[in-house]
Amino acid sequence: MTQTVFIEAINHATKEEMRNDSNVFIMGEDISLSVYGATQDLLSEFGDQRVLDTPLSENGFVGAAVGASLVGKRPLVETVSSFMWVAMDQFISQAAKMRYMFGGQAKLPVTFRVSMLYGSGAAAHHSDRNYPMFMNMPGMKIIVPSTPADAKGLLKTAIRDDDPCIVFEDGNLYGTRGEVPDDEHLVPFGVANILKSGSDVTIVAIAGGVIHALAAAKELESQGVSAEVIDPRTLVPLDKKTILDSVEKTGRLVVVDPAHKVCSAASEISSIVAQEGFWSLQAPIQKVAAEQVHIPYSQALEKLIYPDKDKIITAVNNTLES
Amino acid sequence: MDINKDVLVLMLERMWLIRNFELKVMEVHSAGEFAAAAHPYIGEEAVAVGSCLALKDTDYIAGNHRSHGHPIAKGGDINRAMAELYGKVDGYCKGKGGSMHLADFSIGILGESGIVGSSVPVATGAALASKIDGDDFVSMVFFGDGASNQGACHESMNLASVWNLPVIFLCENNQFAVTTSFKDTVAVDHVSDRASAYNMPGVLVDGQDCIAMYEATVQAVDRARKGEGPTLIEGLTYRYEEHSLGLGRVRRGEYRSEKDIEEWKKRDPIYIHQDRLISQGILSAQDCKKIEEDTMKRCEEAVEFARNSEFPKPEEAFEDMWANPIPLP
Repeated sequence: MTQTVFIEAINHATKEEMRNDSNVFIMGEDISLSVYGATQDLLSEFGDQRVLDTPLSENGFVGAAVGASLVGKRPLVETVSSFMWVAMDQFISQAAKMRYMFGGQAKLPVTFRVSMLYGSGAAAHHSDRNYPMFMNMPGMKIIVPSTPADAKGLLKTAIRDDDPCIVFEDGNLYGTRGEVPDDEHLVPFGVANILKSGSDVTIVAIAGGVIHALAAAKELESQGVSAEVIDPRTLVPLDKKTILDSVEKTGRLVVVDPAHKVCSAASEISSIVAQEGFWSLQAPIQKVAAEQVHIPYSQALEKLIYPDKDKIITAVNNTLES
Repeated sequence: MDINKDVLVLMLERMWLIRNFELKVMEVHSAGEFAAAAHPYIGEEAVAVGSCLALKDTDYIAGNHRSHGHPIAKGGDINRAMAELYGKVDGYCKGKGGSMHLADFSIGILGESGIVGSSVPVATGAALASKIDGDDFVSMVFFGDGASNQGACHESMNLASVWNLPVIFLCENNQFAVTTSFKDTVAVDHVSDRASAYNMPGVLVDGQDCIAMYEATVQAVDRARKGEGPTLIEGLTYRYEEHSLGLGRVRRGEYRSEKDIEEWKKRDPIYIHQDRLISQGILSAQDCKKIEEDTMKRCEEAVEFARNSEFPKPEEAFEDMWANPIPLP
């Protein structure tokens, strides 16, 4: 095990997979100088045929990655969550739909790494946490790592997967540290991680929501409340069994989701538990998700919008009081 | 350009195959054998046939909603194409794609796309793969005058040019985006004029002349294979039928005159080519008649094949989502 920074873990995964398979190449905006930090030293090791700085043409280069994947390459694309909007046609009409639409002829081993750069005054045009919209559309695997080890292991699995994968990287986690195994580290899709065991309430937390959930669970522990914290790690596929088993044990569920709360990942998880775990519930499910307004610029306002430790504690207490 | 006689004859055969395929589609569609939208390619046959015959089987094409001509021109199986229109299991996409999504990956047909302009970046990406791998596969994408106004087209042409990709942007300018004239929507006289903005050759071609399309594409393919980058070809052509079968509310007189249609039909791509082959002594009128009849017979057989094919079983709706399957929620 080695203490590794989240964004370094992404870099390590990329390098390992590019060494492992010559069909893997990476493209994106300003990646050769690693403006966002994850693509450090790729150009010097792999050359400009496999490390491609793109024009500012997200629809064009997302589609180009899709096209390259159709004929045998394994493209890795770096972009920013908010820039996905201008590439939606290629994500949805092509990446998500091609395989099914063509009766299974197409194989699309393409991975998109998407930074969600919210929480630091980036305002409405740069702060999207938009994974729920992609969950709604069949055809893409949705990955939301919350630890350096998972960031590495899930990205490696995504690059090796033969379907379109989108790894939504929470920018608030880029600087966090954690133990990463030294040997080959692959994390399977659809296996949730129980980060903390507990018996009174289940907290399912997504991406950057996980650190707030763990902080809340720690504080609750001192108040005599035992919270179980679960990170689904992938939303498509979703490990609903681990969540349902936990709710069966605790009888209470709080779902923490940095995305806007309407039709969020939290909504889907709540719906599954309401439908399939109803008889385990001893209290109404609580969703702690971003408020349904845009992300304001001012630091006085922005922090009000997202889930945080205090909101999670309040939600947990609500379930306990019911 | 000296073109092999077999290729000249194959051009005629493929054009008749497309024409007769579309005539059969219109016939069975109006008889109610299937109800979905389909976009007849009649009048534009020379564009797809001339350009596709300049490619190898290993080269890639991608296309658009007016989708039957491209795969047939590239040598696709008309039985499987027709069965797909009927939504049957023997269709190219096992009944999951339909008219607008014909694809045959085994011969480089990377699929037709229902969203206008959407396949242009995809074809550009296939060319990117060729460039990275250092192989000589060329990628060609068909799009219309309407699609030429999509950002996807502009982004792709710029990308292809700065990366020097082996891709041919083939604009089928059939004059109208549904009912809107390209003269009202394209700011330059010709779509091919836009090539200069991307520093690539822009070639305006008589799209009713199969040989002209072939020659222009051969040059573009040659350029692409030599690593000299992309080419934009604009084939000036004309759609005889309405935008889509079943779009009954549109009356052609409201946006184009019968006179214009008749003028274009005087330059029918099949007869231009056929008359030339006869005058050059390559085929007799009787040979041509036989090609017309034989291709019609093959299309009738394709209809029979489609009728006799089974509909997919209900459980097949849940297949083909994933290459590495995951449970459906």
